[in-house]
Amino acid sequence: MLKSMEFIFLEVGIYCHLLMERNQMHRQIASIRKSFFDQGYLDEQFIQLEELQDNSNPNFVEEVVTLFYRDSARFLYNLDQALEKRPLDFNKLDSLMHQFKGSSSSIGAKKVKTECTNFRAHCNAQNAEGCKRTYQHVKREYTTLKKKLEAYFQMSRQVGPIEMACRPR
Amino acid sequence: MPSSSSVSRNSTAGGDSNVPDQFPAGLRVLVVDDDPTCLMILEKMLRNCKYEVTKCNRAEVALSLLRENKNGFDVVISDVHMPDMDGFKLLVHIGLEMDLPVIMMSADDSKSVVMKGVTHGACDYLIKPVRIEALRNIWQHVVRKKKREWKDIDTSASLDDVDRKEEKQAEDPDYSSSANEGHNWKNTKRRKDDEDEGEGEGEGEERDDSSSLKKPRVVWCVELHQQFVAAVNQLGIDKAVPKKILDLMNVPGITRENVASHLQKYRLYLRRLSGSHQSGGNTPSFFSTPDAGYGSISTLSDLEIQALAASGQLGQLGQLPGQSLATLQAAALGRSGYSKSPISVPLIDQRNIFSFENPQSRYGQVQNRQGHNGNITRPMNLLHGIPTTMEPKQLVGMQGSFAGLTSQGLIPMTGQSQNHGSRQPVLPGQVVSSPGNHVTESTGNRFQLRGNLGIPSYGLVNNGNQIQTRPLQGADLTFDPSHHMNKNMHGGLNVLQHNNYDSGQKIGGNKVIFSTGEGSGTHVVDDSSMLKAEKVNYKSTFCPEEYSQDDLLTAMFTQQQQQEGIGQGENELGLDWYSLDNLPV
Repeated sequence: MLKSMEFIFLEVGIYCHLLMERNQMHRQIASIRKSFFDQGYLDEQFIQLEELQDNSNPNFVEEVVTLFYRDSARFLYNLDQALEKRPLDFNKLDSLMHQFKGSSSSIGAKKVKTECTNFRAHCNAQNAEGCKRTYQHVKREYTTLKKKLEAYFQMSRQVGPIEMACRPR
Repeated sequence: MPSSSSVSRNSTAGGDSNVPDQFPAGLRVLVVDDDPTCLMILEKMLRNCKYEVTKCNRAEVALSLLRENKNGFDVVISDVHMPDMDGFKLLVHIGLEMDLPVIMMSADDSKSVVMKGVTHGACDYLIKPVRIEALRNIWQHVVRKKKREWKDIDTSASLDDVDRKEEKQAEDPDYSSSANEGHNWKNTKRRKDDEDEGEGEGEGEERDDSSSLKKPRVVWCVELHQQFVAAVNQLGIDKAVPKKILDLMNVPGITRENVASHLQKYRLYLRRLSGSHQSGGNTPSFFSTPDAGYGSISTLSDLEIQALAASGQLGQLGQLPGQSLATLQAAALGRSGYSKSPISVPLIDQRNIFSFENPQSRYGQVQNRQGHNGNITRPMNLLHGIPTTMEPKQLVGMQGSFAGLTSQGLIPMTGQSQNHGSRQPVLPGQVVSSPGNHVTESTGNRFQLRGNLGIPSYGLVNNGNQIQTRPLQGADLTFDPSHHMNKNMHGGLNVLQHNNYDSGQKIGGNKVIFSTGEGSGTHVVDDSSMLKAEKVNYKSTFCPEEYSQDDLLTAMFTQQQQQEGIGQGENELGLDWYSLDNLPV
């Protein structure tokens, strides 16, 4: 009897430990998420996406972000091409960037969106140097956010399964 | 789900107190956006609002869907910037053909663009990124529209009865102008042909609709719109009052209120057109498009004419009147990249869209600016295969004989459509229906004008029965919703085109729609087959020109009239959507 009691304590102990670990991970994830907003990488729109996530679409946010990064690659490709041309076709650049900006804003990519706006301002001013410079900023923010979100989703996924496993029967 | 939707709709139409509790759940929304990320998000948001969502990333496919499922959707949400068709054009198409509420979206929140949405008839404008809160209330637009329509029907019920009797008795529309003779004859003949199938049914159907509390919705298909414009032109834009227009149109099943609201839209459209300079510039496509054969010419814009002249094509056309059709056909058939070429697309758009534009006015514009009156006229006539010297009256007379030209005239289009079709494969698969989305033929809720209007098989007018009108075709024209749905899904446009080809007409969904008989005013509307545009344009050609001159539009129209009739019919001139769109707002 003592043995089974000890065994129970052991199980509970392990369980608590796992819970603590998981809670810690949750807190970590929460803090990372908060930093995205505090540092201006993401805005309100991202929260809209999170609120759309539910039981029928448990990975909605990650799916949307993945779709965005996959689809928006074509914009960058086209922009790269367009920026190679001489002379620059500012209308086309502006149009491309407008679409890219719209797409970025739909996932709440705040810094990316800001750089897109800067780029378009340079297009309007027909400032080739400004365009090329800000385009590099756009790409930089775009890539930075991508890495951050990838890490974030990976952590979120890890926490999920653990939670399931620990759930008492 | 659909049934509950229709129930909600019906009850809503009757009054607020009748709105069932689950409304607006089940509201059938069609969302169109070329950005897949936005589309995914919107779909999820709308689903969370308990709406039935169908998403679409191509405007053409969206239009096909709408055409094939006349009563399949309650509201449309569309992005402004799309690669295959400008969102505003789509908006206008939908407003004309299906009269559904359309909500525009864009990341662009500049006042000019929002204003454009308003003037083009959008019932709302959302700034991206769209929040779910903004979508929750879109049902109000559906209710509002239905209430308006209900009011129209209720108050015009007695009028309808009277009108209907008169219409039935009078085989010949009471057009006073001899210029309308040919047209009238066509109309009469057509109406007669379809009377047994269409009119009686239409009448009965309307009565049933009215009495069953279902809201009959008048669909302004191309032919009907053409008759409308003809009536308006005949009366004179300033003197055109709904009652008189209704009488002139002599179409059973529509009410004075239907006409009144359509007239309001039309006026808005004209105002918009008169305020904008038309610039086309897609001459090459124009030349090669089959539509150009008949009605397309009418919508030549200034730039188009210039382009044509520059390319020397005008000259060629002018020199080879007799061969113009053949040339066009060859060009159309041989042209493969047509559909994709940027040039052609706008051209088509011009043609189609808004037939509202008076061809004359457009033409007049061109003439005013270009001073190429003679030159322009000639090629245009040639393109139509009609001698340039023809007077409008003569032209009208020709209409009767147009049937003979029909096959000729149609071939280019079909060729075109085939070309168009060749690129269809790109489109299909774009439409994704959310489960439960119900795309069906009219369930009888919609009142659709019958075939006696002579609408070529567009299938646009489909009460859930096969579409009547025209002989053309064949079977496919009238639809079987699922069948059509499939067609569309699989690049149905191809199939449709095929049908068109056989019938010599284009079916909606594809570009050009060539109206039979009437003088072909119709031609294809841009890729999405704007039936309306064609018809309308055509009709206006035959309208006598007695316009008041209070604005540029009417002035141009008058000039146009004097010039000649054919080109105008097509309204190509009028429709320069692209130019409109490109205009600095």
